[in-house]
Amino acid sequence: MTVDAPSPPIAAASKPRRWHILVFLAPALLVYTVVMIYPLLETLRLSLFVAGPEGQRYVGLDNFARLLGDPRLAASFWNALSNNFIFFAIHMLVQNPIGILLAALLSMPGLRLRGFYRTAIFVPTILSFVIIGFIWKLILSPLWGVSPYLLDLVGLKHLFAPWLGQAQSALITVSLISVWQYVGIPMMLIYAALLSIPDDVIEAAEIDGVTGFSQFFKIQLPLILPTIGIISILTFVGNFNAFDLIYAVQGAIAGPDGSTDILGTLLYRTFFGFQTQLGDRHLGATIATLMFFIILAGVAVYLFGIQRRMRRYQF
Amino acid sequence: MKRIVTGLLLASTFLGSSGLAFAQQTTLTIESWRNDDLPIWNEKIIPAFESAHPEINVEFAPLGPTEYNSAVGAKLEAGTAGDLITCRPFDLALAQFTQGYLAALNDLPGIENFSDVAKSAWTTDDGATTFCVPMASVIHGFIYNKDIFAELGLEVPATEDEFFAVLDAIKEDGTYTPLAMGTKDQWEAATMGYYNIAPNAYKGEEGRLALISGEQKLTDPQWVEPYTTLARWSAYLGDGFEAQTYPDSQNLFTLGRAAIFPAGSWEISVFEPQVDFEMGAFKPPVKAAGDKCYISDHNDIGLGLNAASPNAEAARTFLSWVASTEFAEIYANASPGFFSLNSAAVPLENELAQEFVSWREDCETTIRHPAAILGRGEPNLDIETWRESANVINGTTTPEDAAKITQDGLASWYEPQQSN
Repeated sequence: MTVDAPSPPIAAASKPRRWHILVFLAPALLVYTVVMIYPLLETLRLSLFVAGPEGQRYVGLDNFARLLGDPRLAASFWNALSNNFIFFAIHMLVQNPIGILLAALLSMPGLRLRGFYRTAIFVPTILSFVIIGFIWKLILSPLWGVSPYLLDLVGLKHLFAPWLGQAQSALITVSLISVWQYVGIPMMLIYAALLSIPDDVIEAAEIDGVTGFSQFFKIQLPLILPTIGIISILTFVGNFNAFDLIYAVQGAIAGPDGSTDILGTLLYRTFFGFQTQLGDRHLGATIATLMFFIILAGVAVYLFGIQRRMRRYQF
Repeated sequence: MKRIVTGLLLASTFLGSSGLAFAQQTTLTIESWRNDDLPIWNEKIIPAFESAHPEINVEFAPLGPTEYNSAVGAKLEAGTAGDLITCRPFDLALAQFTQGYLAALNDLPGIENFSDVAKSAWTTDDGATTFCVPMASVIHGFIYNKDIFAELGLEVPATEDEFFAVLDAIKEDGTYTPLAMGTKDQWEAATMGYYNIAPNAYKGEEGRLALISGEQKLTDPQWVEPYTTLARWSAYLGDGFEAQTYPDSQNLFTLGRAAIFPAGSWEISVFEPQVDFEMGAFKPPVKAAGDKCYISDHNDIGLGLNAASPNAEAARTFLSWVASTEFAEIYANASPGFFSLNSAAVPLENELAQEFVSWREDCETTIRHPAAILGRGEPNLDIETWRESANVINGTTTPEDAAKITQDGLASWYEPQQSN
């Protein structure tokens, strides 16, 4: 439905061409093409070539065969991919439930200092990952950190370990740092979803005697499920693109012994090179392409498998 | 109207002439990873050159060390790199040369001031073409806190047994951390650990060249033994050394909380302004008293000419000067711990630097084994050695397994290692 301004009769006879739509879209489309679509296509193209003595040479899917066929390259690729899944799993199991819990607490009627809690929990998400990484490295440092000291105060110093330096704990530690940083985002989204539930629905539930926990699980949770779905997919895309925090905390080598290596750091080291290792941009582009397809597959599964079955409630 | 035209003409005259004056002065830009050296270049080296060559203006524009290789590679490819490129040694600079980014410098006046060994880090495999002027090498060893040694009545160790006896004594006392080293950054474990002590076990160049020719393997006892020694170090490192970074180790030592720092000579200029105790240095301990000693005297830094530089003539003038003894003297004394590769003897003022360089007289020198030829394949032997050294010290891999992993990696692409 449009609101029609009175137009001259001649123009009304032929259907008006809406050139202004194209004109207004053009700048954004142009910028998006230059900085997003073109680099993406260029990456896909790079992965099909190798560097030869006389420039690039087309090799088809050889780079992919090499990455997945060479035992060493394949080992580091699968290691990075499985670390990525662990990273994602920890976010799904820790960050999002805590986010939901915090949002539920925030939306409780009669809570005081609501604004303060909301801000305090959200602040880390707007800080730079460089700062976050630096702060947490200091907190957890066995030499200068406050955590051994604080644990000592309560007589639990024996529980302290150099978590970031041990292969079995480093990935979990980095994931939890990331959870700490980003828990504000699911909290805010769910909080907004909870607020949008009309009061009469809640009142009706209360009249029926559904209160407290059962009210949350029977009334509110089903209503915010679409939002949880959106958060899950955002977490998935964010986690499989992750790089910055690992780089800030563990360096590009993602030690110890590759235990925190995820696809992002593997891509960085392969593409740009690292210290005495020379960069191989074609193999790097191959990893980037696989990351693209993994994320695409995940999003597709969500869209067609989950999103379409989800029921939406209209008020 | 006439006034405007006159004004424009006048303005163009001024602008034009200033442009001319500008053209006479050539500006050279130096790409480097040594951002620690910025004051030295700006205050000492560049003024010395510019006073002799007022027509050339030099700018030192360093990048961060870890990004340097990739950043300068991208700049060279895009044609935006500076006129002078600081060269990493061996395979890395060689790759830049073979891709055509560095110019040959065989006919550079002054290049004859360097021996073949000094030039080896920046010469093609056939020895025909040199493409960077050698600037400095670094020597590995151990820096120790003389005050702590005096307090505990310790002698500088010469053999491995004495070394561990000293470490035991410091640990016994309990006041200080015996060794300042961590494994978090991985490179520290290999560079200060394996590359530091291993030449004594594999007999320097003899072992390194045998590895290149395929006569020795990394799983041979002389290559495994350094890992076994490193594994023993873990008992003397600080609490939670697994999460201790290289700057942590530096702080631990300069604050006087640790007695011995497994070092490279480049630490001298970093440590000296920070410490309030006296530092000494000793070379990697040998197996038995009287054994021949071997040290890692690693060609580390050179300066090359960007093949696409528009100011090639001026840049060559500068490089000639870098090859002179005048530069060698300024540089070696301004950044102690970076030892000139110039054939002419350079008098050093810094005592600690003198100590390091004096080892050249009674020990055989060698370079880090993955640097030349063995470092150009995938997987990268250098980075594998970092990881395995750290794993061995952390106790997550045995010395034998570590050696096997590096050997398998090398053999996967290096033909001379595949035949046997």
